[in-house]
Amino acid sequence: MVAVLIKIFGTENIELAEDVVQDALLKALETWKYRGLPDNPSAWLYRTAKNRAIDVIRRNKHSRVIDFSDPQRQLLTSNYTLGATMDTYWQEDSIKDDFLAMMFACCHPNISPENQITFILKSLCGFSTKEVAKAFLTGEDTVSKRLYRTKEYFRKHKIKPQIPKPDQIVLRTNTVLSAIYLMFNEGYNSTHSNDLIRKDLIGQAMLLCRSLFSEERTALPQVYALMALMCFHAARVDSRLGSNGELILLDKQDRKLWDPSLIDSGKLYMNKASFGNQLSTYHLEAAIAYEHCSARQYENTNWKKILEYYDILLKLAFDPVVFLNRALVILELYGPLEALEAIDHIKNEKQLQGYYLYHASLGEINKRLQQLDKAIAHFENAIALTGSKQEKQLLEGKIQEMMKSIQSK
Amino acid sequence: MKEFMFLFRGGDEVWDTKSPEEQQEHMQHWQQWIGEIAEQGKFVSGERLRTQGKTVINKGTSIIDRPLTEGKELVGGYLRIKADSIEEATEMAKGCPGFRWDASGVEVREVWPEH
Repeated sequence: MVAVLIKIFGTENIELAEDVVQDALLKALETWKYRGLPDNPSAWLYRTAKNRAIDVIRRNKHSRVIDFSDPQRQLLTSNYTLGATMDTYWQEDSIKDDFLAMMFACCHPNISPENQITFILKSLCGFSTKEVAKAFLTGEDTVSKRLYRTKEYFRKHKIKPQIPKPDQIVLRTNTVLSAIYLMFNEGYNSTHSNDLIRKDLIGQAMLLCRSLFSEERTALPQVYALMALMCFHAARVDSRLGSNGELILLDKQDRKLWDPSLIDSGKLYMNKASFGNQLSTYHLEAAIAYEHCSARQYENTNWKKILEYYDILLKLAFDPVVFLNRALVILELYGPLEALEAIDHIKNEKQLQGYYLYHASLGEINKRLQQLDKAIAHFENAIALTGSKQEKQLLEGKIQEMMKSIQSK
Repeated sequence: MKEFMFLFRGGDEVWDTKSPEEQQEHMQHWQQWIGEIAEQGKFVSGERLRTQGKTVINKGTSIIDRPLTEGKELVGGYLRIKADSIEEATEMAKGCPGFRWDASGVEVREVWPEH
């Protein structure tokens, strides 16, 4: 609904759009309290919002808040055409397009990823500023600033919500996908919040991805691949936290808790992703996630196959984090010495120095080599670098375990 | 390009005799007509006028409680458009949806240019 209103008022007037939605919801609550739920509540809401939008247009007709010089908006200025023009804005198939179009506007390549996600959550997912702030453990001020900057960018460059032209669509869709994946990761492994897993972000990310492939123009193989990847990850969500909210790693997870229906959907999307001649990183990551999901027990994991996928992944694009994960596969396959050798290749990567999993991995490898002092030092580095309470707990537990074994010697 | 004003005369009496559905359908026709003008970049502005009104006459000393004209002569609204000539503007005026309902007239007048 906000997406339609933003199209009517302009991307720079997101508050106006939100106000209208708020008003419509309030009116609904008041009216429905006395008269009961109407037959078609969503139609009722849309109609109410539409009428409010007409009021707003009338009120702002002579102000400069809304840019009526835009040819699409010109007809809103006349009483002859306001009503009928408004109706066309609210037709069902155009609403679906507006949602996608807004997604592309939010994910403009020149807007930073955190600003993209902030704007998506605010304009398309119905998050309040407070909720966005909570999701990223930042102040509401920071969120407001991000929104303001994005809006200024929209205003200055006259960015309109629109689905990109065919020659642009692959490139632009990839930007949208990385924003969706980032949002999903934040939900799956929250770095900024006290809750390690935020199902609301996971759900929203999957919803956005679904809206991409429900439109022919954006139903690209990589879109399905990302959806498959998210399904495989999401299937494991409930097994990742223990009864006290502590983090449980893959080898200790209760595989009976994995959601078979999500794994099945993942497989389905994986099949749908296999057309065209483009192999995206999402395809490979999904394949890896599937290998994990399909192993009955940790011991049955097909590490050889996973290593193959990692090798292709690194050929597509070198990424130190992927390389690090590959080293952990080597640890499983060939043992700590080989893993240490592999990790040695990336020891000078700056990006990794601040990445807690790099230090935690070194800790784990050293632990298996019985270099306990070294291991403890690496784990301590990792603790200092992660913002998540659960990760800290997990790492501290490992340190304590090693301390005990040192003392008992 | 020159600017012209269409003054729509008559039609308001008919409006009240129609059902809400018919009225809505009629407004769709206006939307279509003006939309086509806007698509060519020739739309400037336009509004409907209410039937009620007052008229100041006698050098501003008296007021009558109605518009100066009534019925078929009453101005029900206006549209400002751009056209190259009065002939072109007149041709455009023929498409006015008001003609679907009664024989009201569209008066086409050129707006006095700025210089």
